[in-house]
Amino acid sequence: MLTTQILYALTGCMIVALGLRGALLHASVLQRIVAINVMGAGVFMLLIAVAYRGPGLPPDPVPHALVLTGIVVAVSATALALALVRRLHAEQEDD
Amino acid sequence: MNTMGLLVFDGLLLFSIVGLAWASLATTDVRRGVILFMAFGLLLAVAWGRLLAPDVALAEAAIGAGLSGALLLAAVHRQPRPLSPGATHDSLYRSAAAVSMVVRWVVTLLSAALAGTLAWGLLHAFSSTPQDMLPRAIAENLAASGVSNPVTAVLLNFRAYDTLLELAVLLTSVLGIFSLGPATPGYQPAGPIFDGLVRWLVPVLILMAGYLLWVGAHAPGGAFQAGATLAAAGVVLRLAGRARIGLPEGFALRIVMTAGVSVFLLVGLTLLLLGRPFLGYPPAWAGALILLIETAAMLSIAATLLLAFLGGQPESTGVKAAANRQREEISRC
Amino acid sequence: MINILSSILILAGVFFYLAGSIGLLRLPDLYSRLHALTKADNLGLGLLMAGLALHSQDLFTMLKLLLIWLAVLAASATSAHLIARQARRQETGS
Repeated sequence: MLTTQILYALTGCMIVALGLRGALLHASVLQRIVAINVMGAGVFMLLIAVAYRGPGLPPDPVPHALVLTGIVVAVSATALALALVRRLHAEQEDD
Repeated sequence: MNTMGLLVFDGLLLFSIVGLAWASLATTDVRRGVILFMAFGLLLAVAWGRLLAPDVALAEAAIGAGLSGALLLAAVHRQPRPLSPGATHDSLYRSAAAVSMVVRWVVTLLSAALAGTLAWGLLHAFSSTPQDMLPRAIAENLAASGVSNPVTAVLLNFRAYDTLLELAVLLTSVLGIFSLGPATPGYQPAGPIFDGLVRWLVPVLILMAGYLLWVGAHAPGGAFQAGATLAAAGVVLRLAGRARIGLPEGFALRIVMTAGVSVFLLVGLTLLLLGRPFLGYPPAWAGALILLIETAAMLSIAATLLLAFLGGQPESTGVKAAANRQREEISRC
Repeated sequence: MINILSSILILAGVFFYLAGSIGLLRLPDLYSRLHALTKADNLGLGLLMAGLALHSQDLFTMLKLLLIWLAVLAASATSAHLIARQARRQETGS
């Protein structure tokens, strides 16, 4: 149970909470998308903190691979969400 | 003394990261929130480096901070402005007054409770020594996996099925983006300074992408980081107002978009036909197969991320259209 | 000896970064802020790279750090130019 691990894991939990609050409460759709990305970043921090083994030792590679996959999937989901927002705005301007 | 210094560094870094996340979500100006989010992503990359995760740091800097930030900034720029300060013709914009103070406090407390539960669970898990079953298995089988970078081995050999599905998710998101409308209108041609930067930056980025792809076998790097760097080259070309940004057209574009998934599936099915398990590479061929799959995946990821930035199917860049554009550019000078 | 020299260079780099940030917060308008931030940050990065290069004592790493500094120089100068040009256009209302 390393101090570094605890520190980063707790920060990860805090960032998840911040992101969730922002995703539920924000007025603007774009800021809600940003909040969901922040929530994802908090989860990544949790995973990588769990993978850390100490200053000299090699870390656990499986959570690293999971986070790498997660980053790419998060950006593609963000792109799809932004395309949806763009289309919704265009539909509204028509009426 | 050394650990004290690291503790101070960790404290400062984490304080900045949480502060940036808070500031990015607390502001009412969306553009400011997006820019603070980009800074948040960059500091996050530093945190990944601190936790000995250089592959993830590379990917976060390129994709998480860079490409996500570019996507969000472009979206903020495109947002329709409200007609008057009070009224909004955007039903997606909930007025702040509609969410009462009670609801705000309840949601805040629930989020805090979620964080507390996560933290409690993690501390519980940390109190027992880690089993290290998976890392030990990976270390034992690394020599037979064809690469010496453990993260690449996990991504493309031990858990190759997950990466195949991830490439399919990327493809699905791009198909969804295609179905929602045409690409965003391009940008105006760049002035001499930006154009001069683009002239040497794009070849360097392409070279770096090839290097990252090759080095991923034995050092931090790999297909995802290389694909993101290639996509960044395309994004820079797009921002400089160029007509041709490196994407093929028509049928060739579809081939490149599906190259990652199809090469992966072909390799897996061929191995299945040869009597081995699905995506179970023979140790003698593993390195070559991984490089083949990674190359196809890099092209696919680059095309997907660039198309995501474009926001839809790109307009035709045939010979006639290019000639028209050239005429317009010459008349503008 | 080398460690002391590299520490001095890194501290000087950090001082220039601090100066640039103070300029960002205290200067009156966009152009002076851009000017202070770009110049101070580039010089700070150069000193930081010099300190790191001394510390690493490996020719390959020194060359890589030099290339990083040059690339950041070009990119930050271009982006400062673009921001200033856009601000100028919005001011003159074109």
